[in-house]
Amino acid sequence: MNAITTLQAPALERFIARARGDVSVLRGDLPTRAVEAWHYTSLRDVAKVPFEDAPDADFEAARALIDAHFPADLNMARAVFVNGRFTPDLSTGLEAFDIAAFSPGSGAMARPERDAIAGINAALAQDGLTLRVPQDVDAGRLALISVDVGQGRFSTHPRHRIVLEDGAALSLLDLNFGSGAYLSNPVFEIVVGDRARLTHAKVQDEDCEAFHLALVYADVATRGLYDSFTLTMGAALSRHEVHAGLLGGHATVHVNAAQLLDGDRHADLTSVITHGNPDCVSRQTVKNVLLDTSHGVFQGKIYVDRIAQKTDGYQMNQALLLSDRAQIDSKPELEIYADDVRCSHGATVGALDEEQLFYLQSRGIPRDDARAMLVRAFLTDAIALIEDEGMHTLLDAAVDAWWARRS
Amino acid sequence: MTMTDFLTVTNLRARIDDNGTPKEILRGLDLEIPPGEVHAIMGPNGSGKSTLSYVLSGREEYEVTEGSVRFKGQDLLALEPDERAALGVFLAFQAPVELPGVNNANFLRTAVNAVRRARGEAELDAVGFLKAVRAETKRLHMSDEMLKRQVNVGFSGGEKKRNEVLQMRMLAPSLAILDETDSGLDIDALRIVADGVNSLRGPDFSALVITHHQRLLDYIHPDRVHVMAQGRIIHSGGPEVAHELEAKGYARYLQAAA
Amino acid sequence: MPAVTETREAVETLSQSTYKWGFETDIEMEIAPKGLSEDTIRFISARKGEPEWLLEWRLKAYRAWCEMEPPLWAKPHHPPIDFQDAHYFAEPKKKPGPKSLEEVDPELLRTYEKLGIPLHEQALLAGVEVPEGEEARMPVAVDAVFDSVSVVTTFRKTLEEAGVIFCPISDAVKEHPELVQRYLGSVVPAGDNFYAALNSAVFTDGSFVYVPKGVRCPMELSTYFRINARNTGQFERTLIICEDGASVSYLEGCTAPQRDENQLHAAVVELVATDDASIKYSTVQNWYPGDAEGNGGIYNFVTKRGACRGARSKISWTQVETGSAITWKYPSCILAGEGSVGEFYSVAVTNNHQQADTGTKMIHLAPNTRSTIIAKTISAGRSDSTYRGLVRMMPKARGARNFTQCDSLLIGDQCGAHTVPYIENRNMTARIEHEATTSKISEDQLFYCRSRGLSEEDAVGLIVNGFCKDVLKELPMEFAVEAQKLLQISLEGSVG
Repeated sequence: MNAITTLQAPALERFIARARGDVSVLRGDLPTRAVEAWHYTSLRDVAKVPFEDAPDADFEAARALIDAHFPADLNMARAVFVNGRFTPDLSTGLEAFDIAAFSPGSGAMARPERDAIAGINAALAQDGLTLRVPQDVDAGRLALISVDVGQGRFSTHPRHRIVLEDGAALSLLDLNFGSGAYLSNPVFEIVVGDRARLTHAKVQDEDCEAFHLALVYADVATRGLYDSFTLTMGAALSRHEVHAGLLGGHATVHVNAAQLLDGDRHADLTSVITHGNPDCVSRQTVKNVLLDTSHGVFQGKIYVDRIAQKTDGYQMNQALLLSDRAQIDSKPELEIYADDVRCSHGATVGALDEEQLFYLQSRGIPRDDARAMLVRAFLTDAIALIEDEGMHTLLDAAVDAWWARRS
Repeated sequence: MTMTDFLTVTNLRARIDDNGTPKEILRGLDLEIPPGEVHAIMGPNGSGKSTLSYVLSGREEYEVTEGSVRFKGQDLLALEPDERAALGVFLAFQAPVELPGVNNANFLRTAVNAVRRARGEAELDAVGFLKAVRAETKRLHMSDEMLKRQVNVGFSGGEKKRNEVLQMRMLAPSLAILDETDSGLDIDALRIVADGVNSLRGPDFSALVITHHQRLLDYIHPDRVHVMAQGRIIHSGGPEVAHELEAKGYARYLQAAA
Repeated sequence: MPAVTETREAVETLSQSTYKWGFETDIEMEIAPKGLSEDTIRFISARKGEPEWLLEWRLKAYRAWCEMEPPLWAKPHHPPIDFQDAHYFAEPKKKPGPKSLEEVDPELLRTYEKLGIPLHEQALLAGVEVPEGEEARMPVAVDAVFDSVSVVTTFRKTLEEAGVIFCPISDAVKEHPELVQRYLGSVVPAGDNFYAALNSAVFTDGSFVYVPKGVRCPMELSTYFRINARNTGQFERTLIICEDGASVSYLEGCTAPQRDENQLHAAVVELVATDDASIKYSTVQNWYPGDAEGNGGIYNFVTKRGACRGARSKISWTQVETGSAITWKYPSCILAGEGSVGEFYSVAVTNNHQQADTGTKMIHLAPNTRSTIIAKTISAGRSDSTYRGLVRMMPKARGARNFTQCDSLLIGDQCGAHTVPYIENRNMTARIEHEATTSKISEDQLFYCRSRGLSEEDAVGLIVNGFCKDVLKELPMEFAVEAQKLLQISLEGSVG
């Protein structure tokens, strides 16, 4: 296994004690737009969240939400967290998995000093999935369902830790939805061992009044693969932030995403992919489809360390603006210190191609259908990148549902 | 000119926005195509031939400032491009548009069913569609593999033309407009296009063949030939006009019109 | 030995001897006392015999500057600058009176001769300087700025006949106060950023160009900047106004002697183009970059901005950046006129311990505006180079277009190359395309060239020139040759 630096426990405990005793400390930590990494996303509204413990869950409401969001015919083990707490009565098929009890302050990747959002999570986390896939075991698929439901403002801070030992494999479907004006603040600490393969397909479909601030720290060892795709459709304001480290030679990371936004939503996909070893590969395709007055943000940095020769990094960021008042801000960034590398990024922003629309219409397809067809085509190649093909149909269906429900 | 209830273009004027200044391209064009006839339009570059095909099929960038187009008793210019397609207008593109990410079979089925729905016909289910499309691909010597690809993406010139003819036959139009479909084609590809049009010839099918050369007309025999210049039809006649043009060029018609 | 290893080793042996403009001119100078205060500014203003409004403007800028912090967001890092430890005014001693070549200190003329800057109008016109086998060159009008002040401007007469004003900005303040007052600070406000505010407070000279309606400037205009004195900063201010339908091509070059301490250069350039006007601004920046160990060199913190105010106006920036210890500059275009065009073509070469953070901003305000960005970055030695660029489409920029291409080339594994584009779009009909690549010089290309008999140095030169071709071809002929040589010299020692 690759080595993980351990945070000195006393420091973390001190931080947690201080923060739990005085949540205003946490609010004070929230970055402002003057911080470069938060230039395009304002947390002004998030600062109003009281960071109060989530109310006891309304079990039936949670069940109804799951039924609405989780395809009934989907034959998949599921671990359900309601309001940030593991809920065994709604979970199924977990016998086959190696799940340990949650211990606060576990893990050291999401360190408070690394990021204020990680700090808030570290201080307030009460539960999370602690999963280990043993060496050379293919654990198949698992759905991790996070439902937040309740009145008034509250926040949930699950802290998940997923470790794939050498040669292990897992396909994780990470579903997020709920009802209410909550803040969902999940943190993932992910370790992918030598030759291990993790697919992490996420659907964020939170309530339109909710906030969602997710952080993923993923370390990938030699010849390992972290294959992620994030489909963002919900929340008033959201950010999915990934810090992926290529810690062994020939490791591969995919940080792909699609953000489909309508109304006044704001969604931010931020990633830092660190090539810390030679011969690693990173791939990133991020698509934005923006309607109404929505605001999409993409910030993607590829960092190539001096020793990371033969790095192969590719980043593509495309935005489709379907409304006169929608807005995209995009910052694809290369920071490169090794000379024998192949890194490139591309970005395009624009409306639907009128020539293509005309071609479709001239073949008898009505304009709105033609638009739908081109939007789907725009998203197809991003979804097709997920290594676990079983996820494709699922995400395709989610996209169709989004297009159908948009006003 | 007699009014029929098929295609009648009267005093058509249209312009395009050329970097902020409107540029008039069609300048009072008259044209009439009765049902069941194939007409050819020939003319030098810049005479407005392609503009005519775009205006007839409903491209937005062209602004019609005057005149009318009646098709099957309807005001064609008031219709959306897809409504025109449903009514029976089919434009074979000079350069078929690529649609990355759109599956060719899915595209064709969506189009066929949209048109059938609009015409009040029953939609084809997956099996029915596959049967119909297989019959056509066989006829056109197309491989099934082409249906699995993305629309026109990475297609060779010949493959694109076959794909256009496939669409044309599947959509069963009553008026096909071929916009310089022959440009850059080898003889084999030319034959595919010509056979496609000829196979549809009948009392309920008309075609407007826009071309620069006589060549295509060796394979599609037109009933009438129109000479176009500076946005108008300046001469009309039988098939012999095409031969005269080939032999003597446009000069004499241009002079006569001037 | 593989070519790259050889390259790397060669980089390490690079000596400071490659900077060929590092000589010092021994000339009598009048220098203001060290330090910056309102008194310094009053001193400068008085020495230049400026009107009251300009002094007030300077003081306002100074007060704004006192409240500001140096920018921290750029990649380059340097020890804090002690702004009190520099002279803000240095002037070659001379008799007052109108400038003409005869009055210029011969020592100065020799300096510019050494730099290859032709100041002798007659000699140029007679074609004396044309080497055998080269075509006679078009005359170029030159404004030579030595430390803080303009020493001579050639061809002023010829230009005046065409209606073009080309003179030191200090002369323009006296002779064309209404133009200066109207446009100064109208593109880069006095308090725009830390270094622009500093410049506004203490600027000493620079060029002023005014091309009236309908006039195509009959020759290339050129300013040559030279820092010579010790412990001085250079703060020149350039203002170019091109009225309806007029056009001008302006070239800027710069060098400084080799010194162990860092010197500050904080210039401001403002361009204004009205309807159908066109300004082409080319820079070959070759300030002293410091030695191989990173000692000395110029801090080049520059604000350059052009306003395309009129419909169909065009501003084109071309820059070849080879010098300076640290470069921090983003020549920008504000595309406010409908259908206006902004262009940015850049080659930035860093070697040894140089740091460059450069790029552009294209702000699309009006419909159908277009911008093109081509940036080529070459890093060698232990240097660090960043492309930083902003493309912003505002809500009214219907049908606007941008194309950006950024390519980085790394020579050796001790350097860094970074690309930081900011892409902001608020108009669905605007279209933005951005492409960036980072790679090293291909071994295949090197081997191919060498197998055809080229030395490694020539091969690298050839490949680098090819890599930069899209930018170099934008330079006026006058500069293109110089720039190519400069590229080769800047990378000298980074190969065999």
